[in-house]
Amino acid sequence: MSMKRPVPLVIGHYTVLIVLALLCVLPILVIFATSLRQQVQIFAEPLNFIFMPTLENYRAVLEEDNLNRYLWNSLFVGVVSTVITLVLGCMAAYGLARFRFPGRQAVAYTTLLLRTVPLAVMAIPVFMIWNQWQLVNSLWGLVLLYVAVNLPFTIWLLYGFVLQVPVELEEAAAIDGCGPIRIFTKVLLPLMAPGLAAASIFTFRIAWNEFILALVLTDRQTRTLPVAASLFITDLGVDWGKVMAIASLIAIPPLIFTFVAARQIISGLTAGAVKG
Amino acid sequence: MKTPRWVPFFYVGPAVVLMAAACLYPVLTAFQLAGYGWSMGTPWESARWVGWDNVVSAFGNERVWSSLWTTLLFAAVCVSAEMALGIALALALEHKVRGMAFFRTLFILPMMIAPIAVGLVWRYMFDAQFGPINAALTMFGLEPKTWLADPTLAFVAIVIADIWQWTPFVFIMMIAALANVDGSVIEASRIDGAGWWQMTFRVKLPMVMHVIAITLMMRLIDAFRVLEVVYVLTFGGPGDSTEILSLHIYKTAFVGQQLGVASAISVLLLVVVALLSWGALRLSNPMKDER
Repeated sequence: MSMKRPVPLVIGHYTVLIVLALLCVLPILVIFATSLRQQVQIFAEPLNFIFMPTLENYRAVLEEDNLNRYLWNSLFVGVVSTVITLVLGCMAAYGLARFRFPGRQAVAYTTLLLRTVPLAVMAIPVFMIWNQWQLVNSLWGLVLLYVAVNLPFTIWLLYGFVLQVPVELEEAAAIDGCGPIRIFTKVLLPLMAPGLAAASIFTFRIAWNEFILALVLTDRQTRTLPVAASLFITDLGVDWGKVMAIASLIAIPPLIFTFVAARQIISGLTAGAVKG
Repeated sequence: MKTPRWVPFFYVGPAVVLMAAACLYPVLTAFQLAGYGWSMGTPWESARWVGWDNVVSAFGNERVWSSLWTTLLFAAVCVSAEMALGIALALALEHKVRGMAFFRTLFILPMMIAPIAVGLVWRYMFDAQFGPINAALTMFGLEPKTWLADPTLAFVAIVIADIWQWTPFVFIMMIAALANVDGSVIEASRIDGAGWWQMTFRVKLPMVMHVIAITLMMRLIDAFRVLEVVYVLTFGGPGDSTEILSLHIYKTAFVGQQLGVASAISVLLLVVVALLSWGALRLSNPMKDER
């Protein structure tokens, strides 16, 4: 098969990989490092990264700035909207992949087009409609919005995973006397686990990270973490220690997911464009 | 076995109803709002029909045009840099090495963390007084720069943030595509005496052209949707030098309080993105009737 590569080439290969990895990771480390420093140090020695770490910034934001509540809001919105999106998205992907019915093409095309709508376009009509529906300043309003904007991508992603499950398995289960619902839950869902993992991470990521619509739709009580972070940026300057502490809290769950399920995330990213 | 006719609707129905109500309906409402004069803070009942006035005033506004130009420039610079870098790196590093899975994990970190965190960290890095970038410049005896206060440098800053976040995406798509290229074709061209240059530009790249095209479309669509990173990093300033279209819409609506005019501009953005999406669908439609 492949020839053994000369040593300098291998060393060069790893050198480039390590430099690229540092470029990707260093700014993220800067977030965490800055969150552990005192404001005076941040101002005095920008490049000194050997310092006594302090949790003072975290204590300050969590105790004084109502952040406990916003953390809870973010978790609620992220988890609830992910669960609902996954249930509905999975059912819809199955329906679209396995059945031919009138209107199927229209649903498929509209779904694919909705996937790319810019959130800036949604902001004004959503602000108006959610006001009429009295969903402004309510966590359920955010949940409804995130489910709706995440469904198109989730359906599109899971559709590919449904197609990979052989129809014969379902037919065999049907012959054994399984009804359509049991075929769905007992045969299909377990086989789609990697797809469900990828879809749930992408959905949670949007709901957890989203900022601009949450800014428009929430108030002092229902704010999420990204909105809370943005309020620390004022014309008078930025309290870097505190704001980076909030940014770290926002960054932690997606970082954990990335390390736990990198392979599923990458399969989700490349799904549709690259076969295999 | 014959499936009852209601079964597909049972599966598809709930998602369709929800998307129609909370996604499609708002998008269609944007078109309707574009025809109304409506200020923030006033009830919807007080809005009045103004026909094409909003559209006319949007297209007559110089700032809309300069914002559109900034968006096009931003998308063109970011996407071409990301594509060139991502493809070049993938070609250089496509050979399978031990530990690649770990490196790929590190490479997807920038696109997983919140845009607001990305905006914040680059705002800190580019800070004129105590940002690490200026500190590093000073250390090497170079002149520190007022990055975010200079129109050109501020634009460079938002471009750098986007390239940092999204070049890994192109890289990962290309690595996956190159790994799928039929090895026997490469072997055959090697036997035929193709050099590195010929192999790359005559064999490999043409074979992954489809993936390159789809990746390009996905990046273009996303470049037009960027909002949050720029909101935090520069808020469009200084002046309107980094005011991309989506940020201009937000400011017109929620700072300038002109919801109708902002809707008219958002319809413009929607049309641009819809055309790009349509192109992407022509290239790859996973849901067409293949059976």
